[in-house]
Amino acid sequence: MYLFRLAVASLANRRFTAFLTAFAIALSVCLLLAVERVRTEARNSFASTISGTDLIVGARSGSVNLLLYSVFRIGNATNNIRWDSFQHYAHDPRVKWAIPMSLGDSHRGYRVLGTDQSYFEHYQYGRHQNLEMAAGRFFATDPFEVVLGAEVADALHYKLGDTLVLAHGTAAISLIKHDDKPFTVVGILKRTGTPVDRTLHISLGGMEAIHIDWHNGVPARGAGRISADQARNMDLTPSAITAMMLGLNNKISTFSLQREINDFVGEPLLAILPGVALQELWSLMGTAEKALFVVSLFVVLTGLIGMLTAILTSLNERRREMAILRSVGARPWHIASLLILEAFALALCGIGAGVALLYAGIAAAQGYVQANYGLYLPLSAPTAYEWSLLGIILGAALVMGAVPAWRAYRQSLADGLSIHL
Amino acid sequence: MASTALIEMRDLHFAWPRQPALLDIPAFELQAGETLFLKGPSGSGKTTLLGLLGGVQKPVSGSVQVLGQELSDLSQGRRDRFRVDHTGYIFQQFNLLPFLSVRENVELPCHFSRLRADKARQRYGSIDQAAATLLAHLGLGDPALLERRADTLSIGQQQRVAAARALIGQPELVIADEPTSALDHDAREAFIRLLFAECRDAGSSLLFVSHDQSLAPLFDRSLSLAELNRAVRPAAPGEV
Repeated sequence: MYLFRLAVASLANRRFTAFLTAFAIALSVCLLLAVERVRTEARNSFASTISGTDLIVGARSGSVNLLLYSVFRIGNATNNIRWDSFQHYAHDPRVKWAIPMSLGDSHRGYRVLGTDQSYFEHYQYGRHQNLEMAAGRFFATDPFEVVLGAEVADALHYKLGDTLVLAHGTAAISLIKHDDKPFTVVGILKRTGTPVDRTLHISLGGMEAIHIDWHNGVPARGAGRISADQARNMDLTPSAITAMMLGLNNKISTFSLQREINDFVGEPLLAILPGVALQELWSLMGTAEKALFVVSLFVVLTGLIGMLTAILTSLNERRREMAILRSVGARPWHIASLLILEAFALALCGIGAGVALLYAGIAAAQGYVQANYGLYLPLSAPTAYEWSLLGIILGAALVMGAVPAWRAYRQSLADGLSIHL
Repeated sequence: MASTALIEMRDLHFAWPRQPALLDIPAFELQAGETLFLKGPSGSGKTTLLGLLGGVQKPVSGSVQVLGQELSDLSQGRRDRFRVDHTGYIFQQFNLLPFLSVRENVELPCHFSRLRADKARQRYGSIDQAAATLLAHLGLGDPALLERRADTLSIGQQQRVAAARALIGQPELVIADEPTSALDHDAREAFIRLLFAECRDAGSSLLFVSHDQSLAPLFDRSLSLAELNRAVRPAAPGEV
């Protein structure tokens, strides 16, 4: 205990260097923990993007591609599936529920999803959580009603009753707008932390209505145009959709139905298990995630080497201190412990400050990260894993402290009581 | 048979590895309670001699006894403990740990030697009291001074703090290595007289090493290392 006090007093005497050293360690610890926390949360929120859905079906392409556009609203479908294929499976006795999904339009960079009531009833995320309304209601029979995801409403400042115009295509800046058929906001969903927050939901009828007078990918002109009111009175049953999500009565039939869909004779379809596809996708991103972790480990190592350098360079100018300590009875192992304790104190301060920095950072950035990246960073106490990381850092610091300790031990044996200027 | 002498050296030979003999001392003694002036210019081997007395170095041959204990019979760790239990040191200058207070500097040996801590408590009631009393005897009685950082003191004050530190817990032997070289002449003599008084008070012998012959008459006895040491050697560079 007395040695620790001596070590701290000696450090305090070199407080500027000590502060910088501890600060470097603090920054590196903060970075490591932040990377770790973001990584864990990203993985969690990623895995909880969708739940309860047994199969996702789309036109035949790759499973990751299908997952990306149907769940994450990233990329585009290569092909559509026919409405009667959807009907075929929606009425299959093994299928409990089916959600049709029609994609391809956007609003100021946010994707538009054409679907029906079943989406609000059956779509689940996280731990089997259903979608909930923050305000208003789900869209009803009128085709020109839109339900906004939480982030869309927040970012674009929409409220109930506002009207908005959808754009054709998914580019952030679209050249062609469906400005003849504006939509009215009738509902805003609660935040989910999933891509649902970044989606505008309209009915399949609405999706059909805005494209009803389009031919070959361009809108009709002049007399060929159909107004919104005219469209309301037309049959708005779609001829094709982009994908569908299926919930089954019995999970055991999942694989047989998947095989069946993949062999469907009507058109080439692909059915995927969301969990498997999520795994596949995460394994793609896992490399980047691991790389990030390794980089932050090296930053910690750099911080510790900085400490080692600072202590080693101080050794020579502290020979007098060592000799004085020897003359008042400190034995060489006292001197060695003093240096280990010094490394310990520096690392402890660094770790403490790093954790404080992390929490300050999370507290400051929490809202922003949630709003912009849909990632919820909790202000929770360190997990067992994080504690073990901190323990390893402290251990590494002690091991590094052994280097100057050994040198000081040798030095104090050689110098004895003689004081070198 | 333990000798009555505090320090007794016999037929001592010492050389650094791969170097010619540095010390060859047939006999050297210091009696209990004696103050001895040892004249030794730089490079005469006095630092090495003090190292041998402190048990930091071991002689090549011959015997070094302190309080009747043959130092080379003890292990390195025991020698270290033996040294702090029975010897207080005062060096040339910058004797103190600058980042500790005056009081903490004086109390340092008590943290490494239980024997001296116990003796200090026995005589003065507590270690703090021992430090304060010793400092007061040495003219540093101002209580505010006790808690000041050691490096805020003048050189003369620092040397008196070093003396208090050497004397705390009444070690049998005080070794002073050029403690006055940074002081002016009047201060030197005053310092030595204070040191004598305190050594007498604590019952300690004083081995005072200096190149300044003018101080010699103050001591009970005076010796020259050059006369004591039969080894003839050229001055080694780098030895202070």
